[in-house]
Amino acid sequence: MATPLLEVTALSKGFPGVKALDAVDLTVQAGEIHALMGENGAGKSTLIKVLTGVFPRDAGETRLEGKIIAPKSPREAEALGISTVYQEVNLVPHLSVAENICLGRQPTWFGAIRWGAIARRARAALARLDLSLELKRQLSSYSIAIQQMVAIARALDISAKLLILDEPTSSLDKSEVEELFKKLRKLREGGLGIIFITHFLEQVYDISDLITVLRNGRRVGCFATRELPRIKLVSHMIGKDVREVEALERKRASAATIRSDQPMLEAKGLGRKGFIHPLDLEIRPGEVLGLAGLLGSGRTETARLLFGVDRPDQGTILMNGRTVKFNSPRAAIRYRIALTPEDRKVAGIIPNLTVRENVVLALQASRGTWRRLTVSDQEKLADRFIKSLDIKTPNREQMLRNLSGGNQQKVLLARWLATEPKLFILDEPTRGIDVGAKAEIEKLIQSLRQEGLAVLFISSELEEIVRQSQRVVILRDRRKVGELTEAEISEEAIMQSIATAEMERPAA
Amino acid sequence: MINWLSDLIFWIFFGAILFTLRGQRIFWTVGALALLLLFNQFFTPGFFHIQLLDGHFYGSRIDVLNQGAKVMLLSLGMVLVIATGGVDLSVGAVMAISAAVSSRLLVTEHQPAGIAIAAALAICVLAGAWNGLLVAGFGIQPIIATLVLMVAGRGVAQLITEGQIINFLDPTMVYLGNGHLFALPFTLTLVLVMLVLTLFLIRRTALGLFIESVGDNYEASRYSGVNALQVKFLVYTFSGLCAGLAGLVACSNIKSADANNIGLYLELDAILAVVVGGTSLQGGRFYLVGAVVGALFIQTLTTTLYARNVSSDVSPVPKALVIIAVCLFQSDVFRARTSRLFRPLTRILKPLSSRLPGKLFTTPRHDAPEP
Repeated sequence: MATPLLEVTALSKGFPGVKALDAVDLTVQAGEIHALMGENGAGKSTLIKVLTGVFPRDAGETRLEGKIIAPKSPREAEALGISTVYQEVNLVPHLSVAENICLGRQPTWFGAIRWGAIARRARAALARLDLSLELKRQLSSYSIAIQQMVAIARALDISAKLLILDEPTSSLDKSEVEELFKKLRKLREGGLGIIFITHFLEQVYDISDLITVLRNGRRVGCFATRELPRIKLVSHMIGKDVREVEALERKRASAATIRSDQPMLEAKGLGRKGFIHPLDLEIRPGEVLGLAGLLGSGRTETARLLFGVDRPDQGTILMNGRTVKFNSPRAAIRYRIALTPEDRKVAGIIPNLTVRENVVLALQASRGTWRRLTVSDQEKLADRFIKSLDIKTPNREQMLRNLSGGNQQKVLLARWLATEPKLFILDEPTRGIDVGAKAEIEKLIQSLRQEGLAVLFISSELEEIVRQSQRVVILRDRRKVGELTEAEISEEAIMQSIATAEMERPAA
Repeated sequence: MINWLSDLIFWIFFGAILFTLRGQRIFWTVGALALLLLFNQFFTPGFFHIQLLDGHFYGSRIDVLNQGAKVMLLSLGMVLVIATGGVDLSVGAVMAISAAVSSRLLVTEHQPAGIAIAAALAICVLAGAWNGLLVAGFGIQPIIATLVLMVAGRGVAQLITEGQIINFLDPTMVYLGNGHLFALPFTLTLVLVMLVLTLFLIRRTALGLFIESVGDNYEASRYSGVNALQVKFLVYTFSGLCAGLAGLVACSNIKSADANNIGLYLELDAILAVVVGGTSLQGGRFYLVGAVVGALFIQTLTTTLYARNVSSDVSPVPKALVIIAVCLFQSDVFRARTSRLFRPLTRILKPLSSRLPGKLFTTPRHDAPEP
């Protein structure tokens, strides 16, 4: 067998109090797509960061094409041929496509930038991905999917041998993912080694050749994708046996509910110009209303109108039959509405405050400035939720930014549960978090529903919507195009509804 | 003999404070102050000399407290503004307005001192509210919004004094900046009262939590129901009040209102005090006591330079060098990069506390961050 492209042996890395990587092995051949799977905190990101020189290693060695390497910075790793594309697009939105591709390594001539050479290199890099973009156009004028491609083009610009993709698909929709995969397959044929990290199981099966599973900083094993059943992969990842996982997956929300017919919240003709077309919604206590639709179909916009983040310019909202007006989230919170936003980083977490402060924030805000919760009350509250939601943190005084994505999301849920909401709007609550935390959050949603809460559940994963909701409202192109109840709900029906709407559109 | 004993008591006291602060952010600010004082103890003759005259204490350290009062007052307001991610450039000009209003009422309009003081403070609160309105109400960037009043404020003050330097002799007004209470300058009491008041406002109500959350992530705070605009409005208003008090002290010090010079460049000292105190200009976590100690540090530095007969023309240079050193030492990155250089020091400090070295010389990271 030929020398592997990348060979990592017994790599270890510890942080104070945590062993993030414990003697991990990883072998990647040229011309192979290798998926790296594991829950949040399993050590995937740490492994990547050690490989690319962001963190120094504690022990172990890395060989690239047989030669021992030890990059001390991402730049050095890039020069060796290891390029990384991170989860969030790390480009400069206001620069042009070509500038972004060459930024930081622009060809110069006595200090002056050689624009001609930049254009040539950018064109070559894009050609490798079969992309034809306007080189001089501002990057932000392209969609996120295209920006992601540009990020990959940038990574390939320096003669890369190994491409690492850290959750490249988390902000792409289905067709965009397919497009990306087509390009990745082409790169694989070209002899590039690719390490691919994602939380989406289907995508792993779609694209990868091999899967390495990590759990708690240890390597569970390396498997050929074709020979590893899905259920087994999940059981490897969360370390539970197959039967338990099956039970978890099969469980579907029971139809028996304490439901009243009186809607808790009613939206009549609610809309805002250029934002979302007027729509009707009804959410009853004790039910989960799913909001389905493709990315950009107006799901988040609907949630924002209901929560008072944006003001509607037409229509009304009725709470328990009385007309209300929300000019700000504060107003909505007064009516016991809670919302966890789609974009956790921007609108959810307060990164440099502690877990405790993050948990008490919404409750304290609703109590006002003067009725401060005492520190011991705050501690009790934080401890209660750390325990009940199983938030993994060394202690309640840990800064929130040090927690993993899934645990940050749990802290946000705790923040709102502390206010004892009546209507809980969850916008993509499971995005970018691992299978285990996802199952826990799904369980939590169902128990909230049984307690009589109304839940508005937004997700781009149809499976999840089907599993969770008693009623589903379907959006397309910022317009409500259908509504399904109970028995009618299925992935096919939802997709049908979206597709039909598309057919009807020219007539409308 | 007496001096030797009082110095010893002073240092034991200071050392005890420093020890209790180990591992905290403010340790660096207090430590820097300690180093500066230690330097003066040995190399600046007379700096530690204190004498009792007519029932009042006199000496360089007392001078520091008295002269530093203005910046300490300013820094109380400034630290809150900076914590919300803003900055208030207008405090120097607001000081001038405060001086102008009070002395005009006192001298030209023959009003009693109480009314003059109350009116000056009220006007300064309004000036702060104006800043708050521009920033919170109209969403203007703080640096621009407060620049308006920084430039225009002195003009307003000139209008009020009609271009004159107004001198006054009213005993109450003179007492503010020159009087003594409990054998110490009255300004010290003023600062302490304001500090306790601010601490109460911040830590006994939820305002501190709201300020930090707004400064750290404005959007997320808004989503959580924090009245972010109100919080911003309040801190600028409060900064106006602090500037008003500082302005009264400043004009009382020189017994006249000079609209051109009162509080000149003090906004920069106040910002510096906040930074030296450990608060980041990006907003978020803030250190109120740190800012006050930072102000004291800057004043000690200034007084040291005077005491050593450094001409006031060149004194900004050594001042800048020392401040750069302090800021570098607060930087986690700098400490991590230079940890090898300071390893011998670590070995000395290590037995002090197990919490200390981790915080001292490595970037704190407790958990492998996963996206």
